[in-house]
Amino acid sequence: MNGSSESEQEVINCRVQIESKPKKLIHLIKYSSKTLSNGLKVLVHEDPSTPLATLNILYSVGARDESPDKTGFAHLFEHLMFGGSVNIPEYDSPLQLAGGDNNAFTNNDITNYYLTLPANNIETGFWLESDRMLSLAFSEKSLEVQRNVVVEEFKQRYLNQPYGDVWLLLRPLAYKVHPYQWATIGKEIEHITNATLEDVRDFFFRYYCPDNAIMTVAGGVKADEIFALAEKWFGEIQRATPSRMPYPAEPKQTEYRELTVERDIPYSSLYRAYHMCSRLDEQFYSIDLLSDIMSRGRSSRLYNTLVKEKKLFSEINAYSTADFDRGLMIIEGKLVKGVEMADAEKAIDAELNKICSELVTKEELEKVKNKVESTMEFSEMDLSGRALNLAIAEYMGDANLVNTELGLYRKVTAEEIKASAQEIFRKENCSTLYYLSNRKN
Amino acid sequence: MNVPQAKKYTLDNGIEVYAINAGFQELVKVELLFNNVDFDPAKPLLNSATNRMMSEGTKNFSAQQIADMIDYYGSFYETDENSDFCSIILYSLNKYLKDTLPFVSAVLDEPVFPEKELAIFKQNNKQRLNVDNEKVGSIARKKFGEIIFGSEHPYGYFIKPENYDSLTSEDLKAFHAKKYSSSNCMIIVSGLVTDETIKVLNRFLGQRKASGEKIKTVNPKFVTSKQKQHYIEKEGAIQSAIRIGMPFFNRKHPDYAGTAVMNTLFGGYFGSRLMSNIREDKGYTYGIGSVIVSMKQEGYYFISTEVGADVTNDAIREIYNEVDIMRNELVEEEELEMVKNYMLGTFLKGIDGAFQLAERFKSIYLSELDYSYYERYVDKLRTIGPDEILELSRKYLDPAHFLELVVGRK
Repeated sequence: MNGSSESEQEVINCRVQIESKPKKLIHLIKYSSKTLSNGLKVLVHEDPSTPLATLNILYSVGARDESPDKTGFAHLFEHLMFGGSVNIPEYDSPLQLAGGDNNAFTNNDITNYYLTLPANNIETGFWLESDRMLSLAFSEKSLEVQRNVVVEEFKQRYLNQPYGDVWLLLRPLAYKVHPYQWATIGKEIEHITNATLEDVRDFFFRYYCPDNAIMTVAGGVKADEIFALAEKWFGEIQRATPSRMPYPAEPKQTEYRELTVERDIPYSSLYRAYHMCSRLDEQFYSIDLLSDIMSRGRSSRLYNTLVKEKKLFSEINAYSTADFDRGLMIIEGKLVKGVEMADAEKAIDAELNKICSELVTKEELEKVKNKVESTMEFSEMDLSGRALNLAIAEYMGDANLVNTELGLYRKVTAEEIKASAQEIFRKENCSTLYYLSNRKN
Repeated sequence: MNVPQAKKYTLDNGIEVYAINAGFQELVKVELLFNNVDFDPAKPLLNSATNRMMSEGTKNFSAQQIADMIDYYGSFYETDENSDFCSIILYSLNKYLKDTLPFVSAVLDEPVFPEKELAIFKQNNKQRLNVDNEKVGSIARKKFGEIIFGSEHPYGYFIKPENYDSLTSEDLKAFHAKKYSSSNCMIIVSGLVTDETIKVLNRFLGQRKASGEKIKTVNPKFVTSKQKQHYIEKEGAIQSAIRIGMPFFNRKHPDYAGTAVMNTLFGGYFGSRLMSNIREDKGYTYGIGSVIVSMKQEGYYFISTEVGADVTNDAIREIYNEVDIMRNELVEEEELEMVKNYMLGTFLKGIDGAFQLAERFKSIYLSELDYSYYERYVDKLRTIGPDEILELSRKYLDPAHFLELVVGRK
């Protein structure tokens, strides 16, 4: 608080009154858990204030589990999961009949399914999820259709959008060995169009098993009833104990890399990928706060210096991929028309030098921690968010992280942030993609 | 199904506050709504630009200082603009509301619209717009609005990058004085709302009586295109965006609830006729749907999708096939039951939690309806039968009135 200039006095004074010790979180996410004999982990968070319930199933399978010549499978699989399971011809109808609604996502690490229903219909969810864990109805027709759907998704999101193929280029630049080198959608469309029913069956039986899954249920339910339902519907499914080779470790990057491409887009953009630790590592919290100080919101450094003051970028962002293996810190931005790439890069480097050589201020650090806390509180408003957070915490090894993670953020010091910055923001650790506009004028 | 209702308060300066108190998280969302000033096609961005630029500097605080303080307290400041009204939104933990509201108050009362910030705003928004207009889906969305409502109407005007050039600081200041008076303001607060919350709102938002009238937005009559089919070619497009639809009624119409059920069956959920055919059977697309859009003064209806360019015509043909089936075949009881249950489940989600309840209140308030609307809606969901679905399909899903737009390649 000392040493602030006069013009900032009015603003700074307000802050003096803020307590910097966090108030004890009054509303912890309470839950109970049980593991079935086949390895399925079940967690229940009761919330009697809502008539709804969310059932979330997280499978430990993602793009990183694919082989390099058969990519895009985990995601294709997510689509196939809706094509019918052995006893139920079609997934959505019964759920919709029960007033429910569902969705799923796949990333490099996990595939997550969730459905929300009126709580008194929750058994429908158990029936559906257990049957498709038991076995999908593998049919040529279902595969054919979903292949086409995924191909359309590939086109719509990655090929037919401006800047759509950035990650198809950036990943293989940053990763030469580790499976993170390909995106969840797949390396190329052909991998998807060539997928056979046999390939698909193998993938399913290896990964879609109870001992590779975490189920969380949140809402207007009772824990003992949920455990009973889990036993009833999932208890008989055999464990498979997926044999998993350790993922090939990415060798430490020792040299700067770059790639330049031209595209028919209106403005050039810049993407830098720096290697960092995994989401599970203690260091993650300091890196997450580092990226917040750099670019979260309109009070952030990069926004105010590079967008507002120097007008070099129309938008700029710094964020971590938060992968479960060693991930990336990304700095990406679109250049303002007429700006030279060299000037843009010089300005970014100046900001990186600053954050590597000077400690962040007490106010900056306090601010981003307060934001983390309030974000957690706001996210608790949503039932499916709570179910997902519980599943991810359990996946990380400790479900109670939903309650303790804030403390881990609060503990981060300015020195730790500086040390993380110095470790990450080295040129030899950087892969840069220059994504240039080929338009004249 | 009981929909918890908003409770009304009035601040010292006459501003009406509608409060939804629900949940146990100690936070609130404060949304201030202002009716739009009548649309001027010569200066089409005034409503939205003024709303967005207010936080870019006030008499006593720079844009950065405002952002700094709002962020420091873990709050979130957002704006929302549409063709009927604009909002300023603050999400705050209750314990810091008295610290963050003064900044919202300053933004409302004393914005400066600095030239420097305006220049950056123009430049960066033009860039964003140029990128957006590369996407077939975005072009289709905007062009379709123009086809239905015409280019002189706020619902139809297709914003171009050049429109940003005509913005001036003076215009924005004058516009702000006209629009952001206490008479033209309504507040919705939702979350853990106590008497203390209302007191804090009154202290920071209820004292200043800015001059200006309550605005009753007057729109010109809209003009729908006489041309039935429109095509915008985009070189090298791998997919085409398709929009098919027409002007329609809105939430106020007595047939709205029944037609919503008909529409859900047709194209409003994952198991719909359109999805089952065009995505799940043919694999032409990643997604297809249909929707009734209800605005304050009008409405419109459309079916939309992005399909592989080479199956554009096939997809259109299948859409019309599904329309035909809706108009000629009675839906089976079982399928209708599924749609109804799905809609009831969705409704249940829509009244779960303070923020959802605030949205439900906003919808009826802006349509000048009361909570009985929801009783009638749920009643219709429960009781509608196949005969009425057929009747509504014949009445309202009429290809003779459709306008078609394709953006991409066919």
